[in-house]
Amino acid sequence: MALDPKKHEMPTQEPAVRAHNFNEVALGYTLEIATAEASRCLNCKNRPCVSGCPVNIHIPEFLKEVKEGNLEGAYKIITETSSLPAVCGRVCPQESQCESKCTLGIKFEPVGIGRVERFVADYHNANVTTAPEKPEPNGHKVAIVGSGPSGLTCAGDLAKKGYQVTVYEALHKAGGVLVYGIPEFRLPKSIVAREVETLKQLGVDVETNIVIGKTLTVDELFDMGYEAVFIGSGAGLPNFMNIPGEALKGVYSANEFLTRSNLMKSYLDDPVTPIMKGGKVAVVGGGNVAMDAARTALRLGAEKVYIVYRRSMEELPARKEEVEHAQEEGIEFLLLHNPTEILGYQNPDNPRDERNGFVTGMKCIKMELGEPDEKGRRRPIPIEGSEFTIDVDTVIMAIGTSPNPLIKNTTDGLEVNKRGGIIVNEDGLTSRNGVYAGGDAVTGAATVISAMGAGKLAAKSIDSWLSGTGEEA
Amino acid sequence: MYQIIRKRELNASVTEMDILAPLVARKAKAGQFIILRVDEEGERIPLTIAGADPEEGTVKIIFQLVGATTIALNAKKEGESIEDFTGPLGTPTPIEGKKKVCVIGGGVGCAIAMPVAKAFHDQGTEVTSIIGFRNKDILILEEEFRSFSDKLIVTTDDGSYGFHGNVTVPLKEMLENGEQFDEILTIGPLIMMKFVVETARPFNVPVSVSMNPIMIDGTGMCGGCRLSLTQDGKRVTKFACVDGPDFNGYEVDFDEAMSRNRMYVNFESIKREETCNLLKEAQ
Repeated sequence: MALDPKKHEMPTQEPAVRAHNFNEVALGYTLEIATAEASRCLNCKNRPCVSGCPVNIHIPEFLKEVKEGNLEGAYKIITETSSLPAVCGRVCPQESQCESKCTLGIKFEPVGIGRVERFVADYHNANVTTAPEKPEPNGHKVAIVGSGPSGLTCAGDLAKKGYQVTVYEALHKAGGVLVYGIPEFRLPKSIVAREVETLKQLGVDVETNIVIGKTLTVDELFDMGYEAVFIGSGAGLPNFMNIPGEALKGVYSANEFLTRSNLMKSYLDDPVTPIMKGGKVAVVGGGNVAMDAARTALRLGAEKVYIVYRRSMEELPARKEEVEHAQEEGIEFLLLHNPTEILGYQNPDNPRDERNGFVTGMKCIKMELGEPDEKGRRRPIPIEGSEFTIDVDTVIMAIGTSPNPLIKNTTDGLEVNKRGGIIVNEDGLTSRNGVYAGGDAVTGAATVISAMGAGKLAAKSIDSWLSGTGEEA
Repeated sequence: MYQIIRKRELNASVTEMDILAPLVARKAKAGQFIILRVDEEGERIPLTIAGADPEEGTVKIIFQLVGATTIALNAKKEGESIEDFTGPLGTPTPIEGKKKVCVIGGGVGCAIAMPVAKAFHDQGTEVTSIIGFRNKDILILEEEFRSFSDKLIVTTDDGSYGFHGNVTVPLKEMLENGEQFDEILTIGPLIMMKFVVETARPFNVPVSVSMNPIMIDGTGMCGGCRLSLTQDGKRVTKFACVDGPDFNGYEVDFDEAMSRNRMYVNFESIKREETCNLLKEAQ
């Protein structure tokens, strides 16, 4: 069979249809497509894809199993190194990780590794009901702070080695950003729940409604008999631009907007938690979170949604696939634009007018790209006199977050950098003995898979420390 | 699940509950708050802690029936449980080193002012309390305040009980008569706190206000609870859930906070009616 130069396309919902529902956009491969796609793997000797994966999934090996029709075998290979395969198959930026290294990708399109991974995980979840085997307890107790991707990965890896693991979650539901941040249409919540359930079957205890730094401190966790603590508390306080009008009604942080819709289910027809629906919406920022917020606003019934980003398409940090999906759905990209002020309604004759204080528009200024900054990204410079106003009812700020101060403020000797991120060494160890950290709490806003990689590294370090092997992590 | 150990009606629209939440009870301090959900799929609402009994493991909350969630919470009986209860959140009210304070509560805000008065009283601070209500029928916690205060003034807007007028009138009188307070702490409707600040301003007394904005997570993630403060001539954004809920009253932009609190007024009134109708049908 001749080698197909192109990746098998992912079946998706039609843009015109999906723009009005919260069902998953990408429908997933069929068995036939998955087998055919897996067969494109050259099974090359260097296996560069594996080094491109932050959790080093044995990619050629699992693809080979898929090619041979052994899907459960493929699932076992993936889960040896990844605790959340159905999640990673959906939200990892494979195009800049494993797939970017694929040998096939030098001449043709790389193997659609993420899509096959997703198929394998979904197939397992749909067809296999046997619980994973609980490992023999090794007598050690570890506490994990936060049930997002880094925490769940760390918990899973340690549980598989027999550690008694408790995950503490501040919210009422486990999953962290996977449940409050990433929308249903990109990552169905039932999939997150299923992955959490699998960890529970491995013996992981998940305690919700416990805020470490408030309900319990890190020191108290040690007093309770935990021998190591992993902090995966995520990023925290949303950033704002500090422009006039950000306190107007109708201005949200992306965290708030997405949390209302995803975690609190404001997208339902008769929600308990309110959210502003419809009208015209501007999302400020160019990352995946901005895409998620824009596409959520659209599905909530917005007549017009803008992405306002100060650099050009080339610098846009969101995944290419997400940008394409957003464009197909009709989201307008105002590139090289920067907001300077948010405008609100004020009835001069009636201070009690209910419309007072709601957003009516946003002033933007056009930008051009200047010299590269210290990170090598070209610096956007405002073009004088180019200001204009767009009519909007809702503005969503998706310009990143700063680390949450709760744990730092209540843990003596825990060093943080000047941005507030927890400082760790190459093993994921913080300045406190036995306290490890990873994910956004360390790096600031990043990706699900890099958080998982950090959770994995910490699990390995904790294991070598507590099992006394002293092995290098 | 968190069990309701005791339930007491303080007035027709204000209820007190003791909720079994040992980990929260152990840590709770005056000025802090909790977030609760009544049932699965419920809304998360913040309520300030009105007291705690670490030995029994209970946390006291006092709430006014203002929206769908508080109505649903009030429908729960003693012995029943609520879905979620998280805390203690926020920074405790700083009480150290103060010799004489004035605690001013308005309406259901008195539920939050009460533990603050108690905390001061317990450490030997001289406490003057002013608690204000629209009328005698909605008066709450008078006995509690009396036991935690060296001096108590009750005011009603209509004169049906105690001093006739709002809380700022006796405050102004005391300040004009040369009463010295290390600090005034005020908790209640935003408009009342704003006027307490204005009353105290000419006398240069520090005023601490307890803010209660709209919140979701309460742990410093969503940013919905942000407030604008003016510090050293510069406008800064603060988050009530982690930086507060207590702030320097002279720095807070009250008008903005009042406007922001009305963001979902329409949504809430529709929800409240729906909930009330449901309750009516059930009866």
